[in-house]
Amino acid sequence: MYIIKRLLYTVPTVVGVLLLTFVLFTVIGGDISGSIAGEHASEQTIKEIRHEYGFDKPLFLSFDSQFVNHVKSAFTFSFGRGIDREPVIDKLKRGLWPSLALTVPMLLGVTIISLTIAIILALVRGSVWDVTANIICTAGMSIPYLSFILFGQYFLSYKWGFFPVYFSPELPMAQYAALPVIIGIAAGLGANIRFYRTVILDEIHCDYVRTAFAKGLGAGSVLFKHVLRNAMIPIITRVLSAMPYLCLGSVLLEKFFGIPGLGYLVVDAVAHRDYFVINAVTFISAILFVVFNLITDICYAAADPRISFE
Amino acid sequence: MNNCQNQLSSENAANGGLWTDALRRLGRRKAAVVCFVVIAAYFSLAAVVHLAEIFDWKPAIIRYNQQVGTAYERPGLQHPFGTDMFGQSVLRKTLYGAKVSLTVALCASFISIIIGISLGAMAGYFRGFIDQAVTWVYSTLSSVPYILLILGFAVVLRNRSILGLRPSGAATACIAMGLTSWVGICRLVRGEVLKRAKSEYVLAAESYGCSSFRIILKHLMPNIFHIVIIDFCLRFVRFVHAEVVLSFLGLGEQSGCSWGMMISDARLELLRGVWWQMTAATAAILLISLALNVFGDALRDCLDPELRIQ
Repeated sequence: MYIIKRLLYTVPTVVGVLLLTFVLFTVIGGDISGSIAGEHASEQTIKEIRHEYGFDKPLFLSFDSQFVNHVKSAFTFSFGRGIDREPVIDKLKRGLWPSLALTVPMLLGVTIISLTIAIILALVRGSVWDVTANIICTAGMSIPYLSFILFGQYFLSYKWGFFPVYFSPELPMAQYAALPVIIGIAAGLGANIRFYRTVILDEIHCDYVRTAFAKGLGAGSVLFKHVLRNAMIPIITRVLSAMPYLCLGSVLLEKFFGIPGLGYLVVDAVAHRDYFVINAVTFISAILFVVFNLITDICYAAADPRISFE
Repeated sequence: MNNCQNQLSSENAANGGLWTDALRRLGRRKAAVVCFVVIAAYFSLAAVVHLAEIFDWKPAIIRYNQQVGTAYERPGLQHPFGTDMFGQSVLRKTLYGAKVSLTVALCASFISIIIGISLGAMAGYFRGFIDQAVTWVYSTLSSVPYILLILGFAVVLRNRSILGLRPSGAATACIAMGLTSWVGICRLVRGEVLKRAKSEYVLAAESYGCSSFRIILKHLMPNIFHIVIIDFCLRFVRFVHAEVVLSFLGLGEQSGCSWGMMISDARLELLRGVWWQMTAATAAILLISLALNVFGDALRDCLDPELRIQ
């Protein structure tokens, strides 16, 4: 019953996303046939392109209106053709794997490393190490992402030559993805360590921890058997909520390292005003977000009988 | 008697309102005071540059586009931060960049906070249909990944006239950032108003006939405003960083000079060993972000230790 209700609640969100993308890219974005045709196109060409992409159809209130087509293409996952006339869905399929090769190791690395450091910091809380680490983390959060990428690329690959500077199709995936992954992890550590440290510290102040210590358990046993298990819920939530972004790739990293993933596709589409691609990526990532939210909630309900639908 | 009164008043001062108390506690933290000074210095710098532009002063420090030396001079006594491609002083560019970057971030913060507060307060106070509508809008917006949303808005709004005005690149970036990032503050304000709307003082105000508008503005707002202030500090940092990304993607300020433009200009210079422009802009962003992050954390600890804003 809970699942069905929760499922019904996703319907308005999906409709909302459809409306949002339609308003943004069709109503406000409008007729881009002029820019598709190029600068010196004749009236006739522009007219043909306008017809080809359906910009001449009515917006609403017709079986063949732009809105109906927008919804139809979203639910059949076809998304029409981009401004270079390649089907958008083919582009997305091509970009998915390079993106995943980048983001999956990044998420794993960030989570494992920052959780480990956070546990150590929670154990030595209040000490010089804790304070220093906190300052470093805050500083890490304060450096712009682009600076991480540029300096990392410059020092690690260009100057010292540890990694290839740029993507090339002959290289094995592990080699070209290594540096972007390392940079992504480095940039993400600050915020994540601070988050996990707070989560663990919140639990450490609870009564059951005092009880466990009073029973005479050692610090390690309390930490791993009691604290970490209870801290699992926020940790899992954070990891699950990062999942939909995995498929999206990393816009900036892919752009800088020339990795032909979805992020690169988006940057390209922004530069060429290819609304079709941005629309498709937006819709798909929103659907993924909704689905993963649903999974998270159902997991909660399964794990914790106190949670019910209000 | 007099003595007693004195004692009473000094006690009152000691446990004065939320704000007096928080200020007193903030004053005791040296780090927070230092950060506040840094933030104040940045904002006054931006204000001075604005005033100089309005009144047409020409102090050397803001003539960033004046050629002061040859191209790519290393940092030295004459040009503390070196010079860029056109022989312009990087120090002047960095100082001038504060104006654009801080103004963009400030405007975006105001737009998003005003939208967030008004929608959140209305949803929390009136409930019912309004609440459902607001919740629907923000759950829709939050299901689209932030970077896509902001890129989508920025690319659609770029080079487009709004109500007959043609906003500059910086203004477009402001609007795009402001319109897409009010969800967090809206959620917070809605939750707080929901919690407080049933308290006695609201009931009392209702019973002697205050209008809903007055209750929200005069009775509820002062009680939740500290949340807005804390959120503002952390939000501002995100906007400064987002401006860098938008500038890099060609969706921000096009003429003039901002830290984002400096970083995206420096991207190719770095490969030639010209590190100073990049470093100057990064350091400028790092300093203000670090100050705001630390100050925001301190503010949160002093004003509302229970609150968690991520």
